[in-house]
Amino acid sequence: MSTAIAPPEAVSGTKREQLLSAVIRFCGDSGDGMQVTGSQFTNTAALFGNDLSTFPDFPAEIRAPQGTLPGVSGFQVNFSSSEVHTPGDAVDVLIAMNPAALKTNIADLRTGGILIVNSDSFTEVDFKKAKITSNPLEDGSLAGYRVFPVDLLKLTKAATKDTGLDAKSVDRSKNFFALGMCYWLFGRSMDGTLRWIDSKFKGQVAEANKLTLRAGYAYCDATEAYQTAAYEVAPARLPAGTYRNLSGNTALAMGLVAAAERCGLPLFLGSYPITPASDILHELSMFKSFGVITFQAEDEIAAVTSAIGASYGGCLATTTTSGPGMALKMEAIGLAIAVELPLVVVDIQRGGPSTGLPTKTEQADLFQAIFGRNSEAPLPVLAPATPGDCFWVALEACRIAVKYMTPVIVLSDGYLANGAEPWKVPSPDELPSFPATFRKDPEGFKPFMRDTATLARPWAVPGTPGLEHRIGGIEKQDVTGNINYEPANHDKMVRLRAAKVAGVVQDIPDVVPAGDPEGDVVIVGWGSTYGSITAALLALRSKGHKVGHVHLRHLNPMPKNVGEVLKRYKKVLVPEINLGQLAFILRGTYLVDAISYSKVEGKPFKQSEIEQKVLEVMK
Amino acid sequence: MNAQVPLTRKDFQTDQEVRWCPGCGDYAILAAVQSVFPELGIPREKFAVVSGIGCSSRFPYYMNTFGFHTIHGRAPAVATGLKLARPDLEVWVATGDGDSLSIGGNHTIHMIRRNVGLKVLLFNNKIYGLTKGQYSPTSEIGKKAKSTPFGSVDRPFAPLALALGAGATFVCRSVDVFQPHLKSTLKRVASHKGTAFTEILQNCNIFNDGAWDAIAEKDVRDDHVLFLEHGKPLIFGKAKNKGIRQNGFDIEVVTIGEGATEADLLVHNEQHPSPAYAYMLASMDTRPGFPTPVGVLRAVDAASYEDLVNGQIQQVVSQKGKGDLGKLLRGPETWEVR
Repeated sequence: MSTAIAPPEAVSGTKREQLLSAVIRFCGDSGDGMQVTGSQFTNTAALFGNDLSTFPDFPAEIRAPQGTLPGVSGFQVNFSSSEVHTPGDAVDVLIAMNPAALKTNIADLRTGGILIVNSDSFTEVDFKKAKITSNPLEDGSLAGYRVFPVDLLKLTKAATKDTGLDAKSVDRSKNFFALGMCYWLFGRSMDGTLRWIDSKFKGQVAEANKLTLRAGYAYCDATEAYQTAAYEVAPARLPAGTYRNLSGNTALAMGLVAAAERCGLPLFLGSYPITPASDILHELSMFKSFGVITFQAEDEIAAVTSAIGASYGGCLATTTTSGPGMALKMEAIGLAIAVELPLVVVDIQRGGPSTGLPTKTEQADLFQAIFGRNSEAPLPVLAPATPGDCFWVALEACRIAVKYMTPVIVLSDGYLANGAEPWKVPSPDELPSFPATFRKDPEGFKPFMRDTATLARPWAVPGTPGLEHRIGGIEKQDVTGNINYEPANHDKMVRLRAAKVAGVVQDIPDVVPAGDPEGDVVIVGWGSTYGSITAALLALRSKGHKVGHVHLRHLNPMPKNVGEVLKRYKKVLVPEINLGQLAFILRGTYLVDAISYSKVEGKPFKQSEIEQKVLEVMK
Repeated sequence: MNAQVPLTRKDFQTDQEVRWCPGCGDYAILAAVQSVFPELGIPREKFAVVSGIGCSSRFPYYMNTFGFHTIHGRAPAVATGLKLARPDLEVWVATGDGDSLSIGGNHTIHMIRRNVGLKVLLFNNKIYGLTKGQYSPTSEIGKKAKSTPFGSVDRPFAPLALALGAGATFVCRSVDVFQPHLKSTLKRVASHKGTAFTEILQNCNIFNDGAWDAIAEKDVRDDHVLFLEHGKPLIFGKAKNKGIRQNGFDIEVVTIGEGATEADLLVHNEQHPSPAYAYMLASMDTRPGFPTPVGVLRAVDAASYEDLVNGQIQQVVSQKGKGDLGKLLRGPETWEVR
């Protein structure tokens, strides 16, 4: 549905303080529904017209022991009346459902910030679970904040007493009380969430959730203490158009469907469940009306090899995974390189090595993507910069794969995958079109003859009369594709495969630095650090510093002017959520003194961290 | 290619030099396949032969069809993707005991579990040939090979029993040197919907020569091979006087005329509703005194995976209509900025 932006309704005539932007974080037990609460607040903010950026942060365990520190799940959203690039460095409003959530999140609340705590769960038992010795609501440790203790459970019970709902279900509704309170604090309409509750729940539960949401809103409206905590964040001035709220994994799934439509092939996904990539499998499995075949394979290897089989048969084929799954797929990706079939491999990076931090973000699979196979096995590598950009990068990866008959790796990450932002909806005709062509003519056909411009071999799918031929992982004779072990032929084929991938550079745009086109420092980034770097750049330039920003979407091959652009600045700073992988590649490729700035905490950079680092290297 | 001209064995031969060792059982299997394909009445371009790694997996290079020599163990998964994408193709898988039962064991059982419409030819020579002679997952206990100088201590797989355990709808067995039997078996394989799992006992004359001599050699085979025929009693032996009789939950070998008549014998039913019967046949050869059954052990009808997957897509399309990209991009809720 479409909702026009209206000014916030002054529901109860409360005078609201105008804010340019606000950062709100919901945190509680992993069973407290914090992700749902945060997502609902986000959708409401998006529909209202704010620009926004989100950061869902949850544990790998589905239900860690209740009330404990490892079980804390959080959802942060930064919503604004102007452009937003990050989920925000400091939190303005923190909702803590228990002492464990308070303990792990309070450090991020700005001094003077609003703290709403569920006082029903501040008992001795809860303190013990959270490993704290005194009651923070009484020991003075929260003196720097505006603390609002609320008996969420008792109030929820009271609100739902006529529904006949059991105690456990009532407990599960209490997050809607907190959400209702937050809607009041920011003068938001509850309509979107009320509609969502009706679509998601039935009967008593739907009724209880709606009653609780309204009760939370009414509670603030009627309580005097909250009258000084009423705010308003006006809609942002985004470019005109139709917008929706979009997360990275949904964007990626949509991009793959759009790509299949635009190249005229059926989409095949081979995938094995893995965090944080599974949502792409879930999304695509819903798109059967587009003819999408989703195959939940027996393992990561079958996921990629089934996709290779489907590509051989003439599908636009893709496989989605995370770092550990990538490691398992690598031999098969080498096969796709050797037989030169299109394939899009999506890696939603997470903390590693091994199982690592399954639900946390990282950018440490760059080396794996570029170098992670046996022998000389180059392929194009791309990375989206924002959740919405995942859509466009998926399209671009498919375009390159089909045009150059090559596997392509897309490096997204957990932060982009689960993060969301307002996205300007394109019309289908605005999307790039790249119709795939199959070889049909048997006359003069050789399986490894090449297009002179792209070096791509013909896509000759089984079922085409007269084109019967054999392909395989064994080294092939140039042009004929017959098994061949001759030294000179192997050297030639290795170079041809490399030249084909290197040649993609003709087909990708030069980088255009944001900010100053030359100056003291250029910040070079890739992937999800885009938001933090952009925010830092704006702040630094507003203070008069000469700083540029190059964000690489194509990581292999890189745009042809990268080396030249980097030389226009005195310093090259490369912030990455790894130990300096892009910096290493830049040094090796361009002989440039790239300074690595690393942080590997499973979290995105803060704007202030990058700002500080730039000032430091400028000295 | 002119569809009017019937295909011949020659149409399925490639110009590539066959690089198996002289005397290898693979030559006989290749010859049988090349002579059966033209008899199936299917255009040549509709065949795709997919293989993994190993001696047997060189098979596609010698078949003048579409062919894909993939990586070790993964042929069933590649072929599953191909068959899902292209149900119109005849997809055959050539594999070996190491390829499909060791490194690719997982794909093998899941292909069978799903009943993907693939024709699988498992060349079982009970040895790793291409890596020069290590024991394989079908080698007998005590096998002395390059990697087991003191004899292997691993228990072997019975490939057909494994397939049945995974829910196979079609399992059969033949022998490289039994040309007429092999050809008639391959025709049965060709006509099955769903996974047709074929064990071909194949001699590796370099690293495991004579592994199947008791079955393959003309002078002794009759006493060791039981030719299965649907509806016929389980009889074997040079004098056709031995048979298999049920004994409680077990079976026993009996001699006709010595306390048993033909009427006492089990009658082969490849469509037996319980896979237990076929399992008993599949594991019989590991027991002393029992013969090795060849032919079709089990052939039952079940929907193929590709039909179910594509049927579901068609069903959704007919219910909801073809997907609208514009609608997909807009998602559940949008707002306008003017």
